[in-house]
Amino acid sequence: MKKITYIIFFIFFNLSISHSAGSKIDIPKYDWSWKGFFGTYDRSAAQRGFKVYKEVCSGCHSMNLLSYRNLEELGFNEDQIKVIASDYLIEDGPNDEGDMFEREALPSDRFANPYPNNNAARAANNGAYPPDLSLIVKARPKGADYIHSLLLGYNEAPGDFNVPEGMWYNKYMEGHLIAMPSPLSDGAIDYDDGTEPTLNQLSSDVTTFLAWAAEPSLENRKKLGIKVLLFLLVLFILTYISKERIWRDIKH
Amino acid sequence: MSSKDPHGYKKTLSSPYTGVKGWIDSRLPLIRMMEAEYLKFPVPKSLNYFWSFGGIAMFCLIGLILSGIFLGMHYKPSAAEAFNSVERIMRDVKFGWLVRYLHMNLASFFFIAVYIHIFRALYFGSYKAPRELVFIFGMLMFFLMMGTAFLGYTLPWGQMSYWGATVITNLFSAIPIVGDAILTTLLGDFNVSDATVNRFYVLHWLLAFAIVGLVVFHVITLHMTGSNNPTGMEPQNWDETLSFHPYMTIKDTKAMVLFFMLVAFVLFFYPNIMGHSDNYIRANSMVTPAHIVPEWYFLPFYAILRAIPDKLGGVLAMFGSIALVGLLPWLDTSKVRSCLYRPIWRICILLFALDFFVLMYMGAKPAEGIYVIISRVGTAYWFLFFLVLAPLVGYLETPRQPLTISNFLRDKKALN
Repeated sequence: MKKITYIIFFIFFNLSISHSAGSKIDIPKYDWSWKGFFGTYDRSAAQRGFKVYKEVCSGCHSMNLLSYRNLEELGFNEDQIKVIASDYLIEDGPNDEGDMFEREALPSDRFANPYPNNNAARAANNGAYPPDLSLIVKARPKGADYIHSLLLGYNEAPGDFNVPEGMWYNKYMEGHLIAMPSPLSDGAIDYDDGTEPTLNQLSSDVTTFLAWAAEPSLENRKKLGIKVLLFLLVLFILTYISKERIWRDIKH
Repeated sequence: MSSKDPHGYKKTLSSPYTGVKGWIDSRLPLIRMMEAEYLKFPVPKSLNYFWSFGGIAMFCLIGLILSGIFLGMHYKPSAAEAFNSVERIMRDVKFGWLVRYLHMNLASFFFIAVYIHIFRALYFGSYKAPRELVFIFGMLMFFLMMGTAFLGYTLPWGQMSYWGATVITNLFSAIPIVGDAILTTLLGDFNVSDATVNRFYVLHWLLAFAIVGLVVFHVITLHMTGSNNPTGMEPQNWDETLSFHPYMTIKDTKAMVLFFMLVAFVLFFYPNIMGHSDNYIRANSMVTPAHIVPEWYFLPFYAILRAIPDKLGGVLAMFGSIALVGLLPWLDTSKVRSCLYRPIWRICILLFALDFFVLMYMGAKPAEGIYVIISRVGTAYWFLFFLVLAPLVGYLETPRQPLTISNFLRDKKALN
């Protein structure tokens, strides 16, 4: 039994090293509310983060896997969501006359896209395509730590580092060149709940929001996981006792 | 002409049961068979927990098929819809995230169980006569598993899906003359595309059930010879065996519950630990990921592929490295099965296991500098192990006399 445990451990050890291969940039670790066995998304941080997304990021970045109705999970109520959705115009149709028309978004609609298509997005951003943010936290190694670091990583380029026109230096970007200018700064937006909108606060709030957007099932998953593990633990104790009982008279 | 029972008709109809059970069993002898093969089936007393991994692997397969059926009800096999349909499963389908993460992680755990199962077969000599066919059906299953896993990994249509499929299918173009024809037939296009994901989806299902078919052969052949055991000696008498039920059923259940606790731990708390973050980016034929890395269970073979500087040579080495495992029953010349009594071969096998992990690590690293050199050494040992060590050690080594199962158990008890 011991041997098998070692083998399994060894396989996992191997996996973790094989996947950490690649980047040489050290991403600092942060203490997120959703980490650990009982972790949950900090609702007020995520709500503030949504405001950051809405007022800053959504100018260029789509989040086309989310619907306005999903915001209910962050603690917005139905009326608030209707108001949020109605701020956006989306194209619908064709109507009975065969014409496309614009209407206010409904809670059931996906987040409105800032650009009509990818080419328009590129044309407006110096040829760089602002990625969709729905899954961004899961789509990058080191996830939330990386996103938060990136938003804070707009330092002065070292003297000998050549930053071409239309690019910015970022400490945590692979290759240190990023096409997105620093999106956040102290006081970039105002919070409704009186929280001080420092750069660090804005960045960690929007990261919380994006982490939720990428993995909305996390809380249910962890809750169910605890139950399943407890169930299996009891089952294991029962099978352990049964095995001892059944094998009691066997010389082995 | 014997008028009494011309076709042995009455004999076939005779069943040990009466009533409804007897009526069914005399027409479909399944109950008889199940009782003989899963209740009374004698197994050596000396089996250790390594012998639980066959059953564990089977339950992984069942879990994969069940979760796969439910995923299939929501998944859309087209380049335009695949990625979003998976995300719809994750976000909008009730317990979709559970089914999807289960399918994704069980695939990895299936490989973990099977790798341990294969190691067990190597270490205790389960591949030797008369169990060659058990072993070969097992290796065929492993080969199909790799195919199924590869096809399945393409389906979410993320960046690694797309580029992994591009790199691996490209290997077929290395085959002389017919390579390009095979490649376009496989892809349904000149590159990985909408047609590819559609046919990969069909083949993924097909191969999964082909594996189920091979499980039947694996089990039938196993039940002809009976299980091997740590001593590698056949049971000498009934005292050295136990009935499968309840002794093995409870022992395997215990091991299985422990194994699935590990599955649950990863599934519920680190569901993406064995995946690659790039696969949460939608496939894009215009952007190549910095490192194209296959799933972890392919890494040793990927390292072998890249260790050979020639494309066709690499492909042959990769497939050859798996085929050689299947030939081991004839490559190994020793009469003694278990490594417990083969001091030199034991070291060779442990080094082989180490080699497997070294190659796995190398497969995840970029093919440059020292990594290439280590990959080549690892690949060389892999082939040396099968082609030179297996036949040679059998001749040169003086194995110890294996203990009978009774003596083995007595000594083990004395040690405790």
